[in-house]
Amino acid sequence: MNATTDKIWSLLEEVTDPEVPVLSVIDLGIVRDVKVVDKAVEVVITPTYSGCPAMDVIAMTIRMTLLQEGYGPVKVSTVLSPAWTTEWMTERGKEKLRAFGIAPPTPLQQVCHTQLFHRDEAIACPRCGSYHTRMISEFGSTACKALYRCEDCREPFDYFKCH
Amino acid sequence: MQTRQALIDYTLHLADNALILGHRNSEWTGHGPILEQDIALSNIALDLIGQARLFYQYAALLINKTPAADPTSPLNHGTAVTEDSLAYLRDAWDFKNCLLCEQTNGDWGKTVLRQFYFSAYQFYLYGEMQKGKDATLAAIAEKALKEVTYHLRWSSEWVIRLGDGTAESHARMEKAVGELSRLTAELFLPAQYERSLAEAGLAVDLLPLRSRWEQRVREVFEMATLSGGAGMLTGGKEGRHTEHLGYLLAEMQFLQRAYPGCEW
Ligand SMILES: [Zn+2]
Repeated sequence: MNATTDKIWSLLEEVTDPEVPVLSVIDLGIVRDVKVVDKAVEVVITPTYSGCPAMDVIAMTIRMTLLQEGYGPVKVSTVLSPAWTTEWMTERGKEKLRAFGIAPPTPLQQVCHTQLFHRDEAIACPRCGSYHTRMISEFGSTACKALYRCEDCREPFDYFKCH
Repeated sequence: MQTRQALIDYTLHLADNALILGHRNSEWTGHGPILEQDIALSNIALDLIGQARLFYQYAALLINKTPAADPTSPLNHGTAVTEDSLAYLRDAWDFKNCLLCEQTNGDWGKTVLRQFYFSAYQFYLYGEMQKGKDATLAAIAEKALKEVTYHLRWSSEWVIRLGDGTAESHARMEKAVGELSRLTAELFLPAQYERSLAEAGLAVDLLPLRSRWEQRVREVFEMATLSGGAGMLTGGKEGRHTEHLGYLLAEMQFLQRAYPGCEW
């Protein structure tokens, strides 16, 4: 990795997800590759969910950020396979999520099975740390989140679900 | 050349299925029985429309690379085809979605049953498609399968909850089965373009999927204390639709038809 590529990766740390603004695209693990030839840059990203409306905004913000820094032309391309997984989220990203009040994804890949009425995963409340929590809905305010409630502090919270 | 046209038709069929069901689901946005379920179905709509976009983008790519075979085609104005022109500027007879997807929402029971039938189909379909020979379709399927797994689990749980619920909810689910089950055979009846592509490994062979789908439906219906239902209505994949699709398109396409190229 040369100096320019390093610099671009660090600039991408500033590009955040408009729906979860504490996370950068690096934290999310959606940047798959950065290619540089002189000032021309190609950033390869992978979508989180097929219909995620944030992806268009993210692609635009990446372009703007790099153009402002004097790079160009900037191309943002998309790759679908291998499909994005929450396992690509950085540990730092998970910590930021928790601090923001969103429970980070647990390593248990619950999406892989179709078992019905599955045992609620033990998700720690991001506020009080209690595991005495209950799922309210598998689909939360955005595609990537589920809605939970803490039975101890009684607060509802979002869980960034495994994918 | 023939394979290219079949691949275009197949990709449009996959896109149309996802778009039309996604649009139907989006009609519930703001009208769901409770906020959490309104959001859940809206999320499913979003996933499906996202999948539709990926398929339309691929179809547009294939169409734009194909020399104009039919100069009178409405897709052939000399301008490049886009995902938007495919969604907004084709007519009912150009749409290749299954009849199941275009059915009206009815009550919540009919909507979740339609979703369950379709998600179970998509679950097995994408499971096979991700191993297929067309790299783009395989990649879309790999991505979408994760989403569909959630849809299948959610809709299965609702079918059971309502089927095995009160006398009223059970009766409504039985009625929904009566209305929708006759439309499910079409899912597994290959259209001409599916048959020709399946031989080359480019489309999923639907025949083996059917028994797996039936098995899944049987299991869920057993828990839901619902009876089966059978029958057969087909034609959607070849552009012969029920009257419902015309109304849906009239609403969905109105803006782009009235104000071509309009953006905001
Ligand atoms: Zn708590």
